[in-house]
Amino acid sequence: MNIVVCIKQVPDAKDVRLDPETNTLSREGVKSVINPYDRHAMEEGVRLKEEFGGKVTVVSMGPPQARAILEEAISCGADDAILVSDRAFAGADTLATTYTLSQAIKKIGAVDLVICGKQATDGDTAQVGPGLAVRLDMAYVTCVQQVSTVTDKVVVLERMMDDGYDEVEVELPALLTVVKEVNTPRFPSIRGLRKARVADIPSYTAEDIGADVAMLGLGGSPTQVVKVFPPEPKGDRTILTGSVDEIAEKLAEIFRESSIGG
Amino acid sequence: MLIIDTDACIGCGLCEDNCPFDAIHVEEGKAVVGDECTLCGACIDHCEVDALTIDKEEVAGIDLDAWSGVWVYAEYRNGRIAPVTHELLGVGTDLAKKRGVKLAAVLLCESAGDVPAELIASGADIVYTVEDPALKDFTDDAYGHALEDLALKYKPEIILAGATAIGRSFIPMVATTLGTGLTADCTSLEIGDDGHLHQTRPAFGGNIMATIMCPNHRPQMSTVRPMVMQANESDASRTGEVISETIAPERLISRCRVVKSVYTESNQVNITEADVVVSGGRGLETAEGFRLVEELADLLGGAVGATRAAVDADWIGYPHQVGQTGKTVASKLYVACGISGAIQHVIGMKSSETIVAINRDEKATIFDIADYGVVGDLFEILPAVIEKLKK
Repeated sequence: MNIVVCIKQVPDAKDVRLDPETNTLSREGVKSVINPYDRHAMEEGVRLKEEFGGKVTVVSMGPPQARAILEEAISCGADDAILVSDRAFAGADTLATTYTLSQAIKKIGAVDLVICGKQATDGDTAQVGPGLAVRLDMAYVTCVQQVSTVTDKVVVLERMMDDGYDEVEVELPALLTVVKEVNTPRFPSIRGLRKARVADIPSYTAEDIGADVAMLGLGGSPTQVVKVFPPEPKGDRTILTGSVDEIAEKLAEIFRESSIGG
Repeated sequence: MLIIDTDACIGCGLCEDNCPFDAIHVEEGKAVVGDECTLCGACIDHCEVDALTIDKEEVAGIDLDAWSGVWVYAEYRNGRIAPVTHELLGVGTDLAKKRGVKLAAVLLCESAGDVPAELIASGADIVYTVEDPALKDFTDDAYGHALEDLALKYKPEIILAGATAIGRSFIPMVATTLGTGLTADCTSLEIGDDGHLHQTRPAFGGNIMATIMCPNHRPQMSTVRPMVMQANESDASRTGEVISETIAPERLISRCRVVKSVYTESNQVNITEADVVVSGGRGLETAEGFRLVEELADLLGGAVGATRAAVDADWIGYPHQVGQTGKTVASKLYVACGISGAIQHVIGMKSSETIVAINRDEKATIFDIADYGVVGDLFEILPAVIEKLKK
C-alpha cells in the first residue's frame, strides 16, 4: 500500500500568547513543531504500513525550515519525505494550498491512501484535507477516530460526528483526516534518528511539480485577509479579595445567584 | 510578495513586534523581510508610515452580478435540524436585507416532512429541497455534489453552513469544486460598504482576529461557529416558497457507505446545553486536582468542562473540551479554574452570562473576560467553596 501523509510545521500553541499590555503576540520561546494532529496522521500511516506492507511518504509544504519536521517524521518510521517549498507558495489560502499539495502528490505516482491531521493548529480551518481529496479525485472521510479494516479495495473506519460516530466503508484510493483518538503516536527510535540524519529529502519547487503559477500562493487564493486585530477584552470585572474564607463565602453566593436563581 | 518602501520606512520596529511569524526584522534602520513571511498582512496594519504593501496581481474577476441571494445549508440529521441552522437563518436575514436579496435554505435529506415549514418560520424566504434515498446518510461526495449542482443552477452570492462535523467536512469540497474561497469557523459576518461579505474569525491559533473577504470569486462561503449567532424568533405565520429539486442519480453515488450511525453524546456530556459549566485547566496540576472541578460542578448541578491542556493530560475526555477545537458553551455561569485564558479556550466560552475565574497568576488573560476574578490558590479556595456549598 502506497501511503502519503501530509504534515505541517506550526508554532507550538502552548507557547503562543498575547502580551496583555501591548496586545501583540509574544514570540519569546515559541518553538516550531509538527502540527499535533499530524503526529497522529503519521502514526496511522506507519501503523498501516507495518500491518499491510507498503511505503509511507511524508509531504510538507512550507518554508525551508520545515525540513526539520520531515526529518522527525523519518525518525518516527516514515520511509521517504518530500519538502514542497518555493517563495511562490507564500500567502496561499486553503484553495491554493490544496492545489500545490495535489500537484506534488501526483508527482509521487499511484497513491492508495492519503492521511492528514484533522486540521492544523495555526489556521484551524480543517479545509485542506477535503479540498486535497477533491483535487486528487479521491473519496474522503474526515475526523476518523478509528481505522478497523483495510483490504485492497476498501477501508472500514469510524468517523467522529457531533452526536456520536458513524461506521463508514470507503473505497480506495481515499483520503482520511484523523483526530487524536485514532492512535497514540510513537517516539523516534534510535534507528530512525540515525536514518533521519542521513536522509535525502528532496525539495520540490513550483516548476518541479508542474504548477500553474496563477494558482499558487497569494495570487491563487480567492480569500484575502483585509484586517488583523486583537480580540476585544471584556470591560468591567470585580476582583474578590480577603481571606480564603471570605472569598469562598462570596463565591458561594455568586454561584448560588447565577446558577440556581438565574 | 511583501514590498518595503525603504524611503518611507523609519525603522520603528512596529512590524517586527507584530509579525506572528518572526519574518520581518529591522536591520540597519530599515525593515527586511525573510522567507518565513506568509503574507498575512499583520505588519501592514501596524505600519504607521505606510511603508509596507503586498504586491498582488489583480485577478480578472468573474461577473459578480450574476450571483445573487443568500443561502443557508440546513443541516438535518437523525430527524433533527441542527440548532446552528436557525442561527444561520438569523444572521442570514440581516445579510439578505442588507443586500436586498432573498434568503434561501437548502435541505438535503431522504424525506423533508415539516422541515421546510420550520425553516420558513425561522426566516427562510425560499427552501430548496432535495429528497432522495441516497441522501439518507451523510456522505461527503453525495451531499457535496448536490449542493454544488444547486449552486451552479441558482448562483447564490453567499453560502453559509454550520461549522459542525458535517459542515466542516463537505463544505470545503463544494468550495474547491466551485473554485471559490471558504472561511472556516466564522464568529462574525457583515456586509461591508463595498457590498462584499466581511468574515471575521480567530486566526493564528486565535491570538488575533482576522477579517477575511473573497472579493473576486462567487459564491462567498463561510462555515459559522455554533452558538455565536442569534436565531430569529420562530414565526409560524411567515410564508415562503418550497422548491423541490432533483439531482442526477449518478451525482448522488457515493464512494463511501455508512454501515451504521451510533448516537452517544446526546445525554452524556451535554456541556453545550448546560446552565452551569465548571472548567479546569493546567492549574489543577494533576488528575486528582481535577476532581475538585468535578466535585464543584456536581454541587452546582452543572457540567464539567476542560481546556485542551487538561484533555491532553488525560485528566478528562475530549467530549468535555471547551474551545476552538472543542465545544462552544454559552452557560449562565462559567467557572474557570486554573485556566490561563488562551484565546483558543476563550472563544468557546466567552458568551457565557457570568464568568468567574480563579487563577494564581494575576496577569492571566482569563481575568480580561471575567465578571468576577479571584487571584489565589485553587487548592485552598475550591475546597473552601465546596464546604460552604455543602452547608
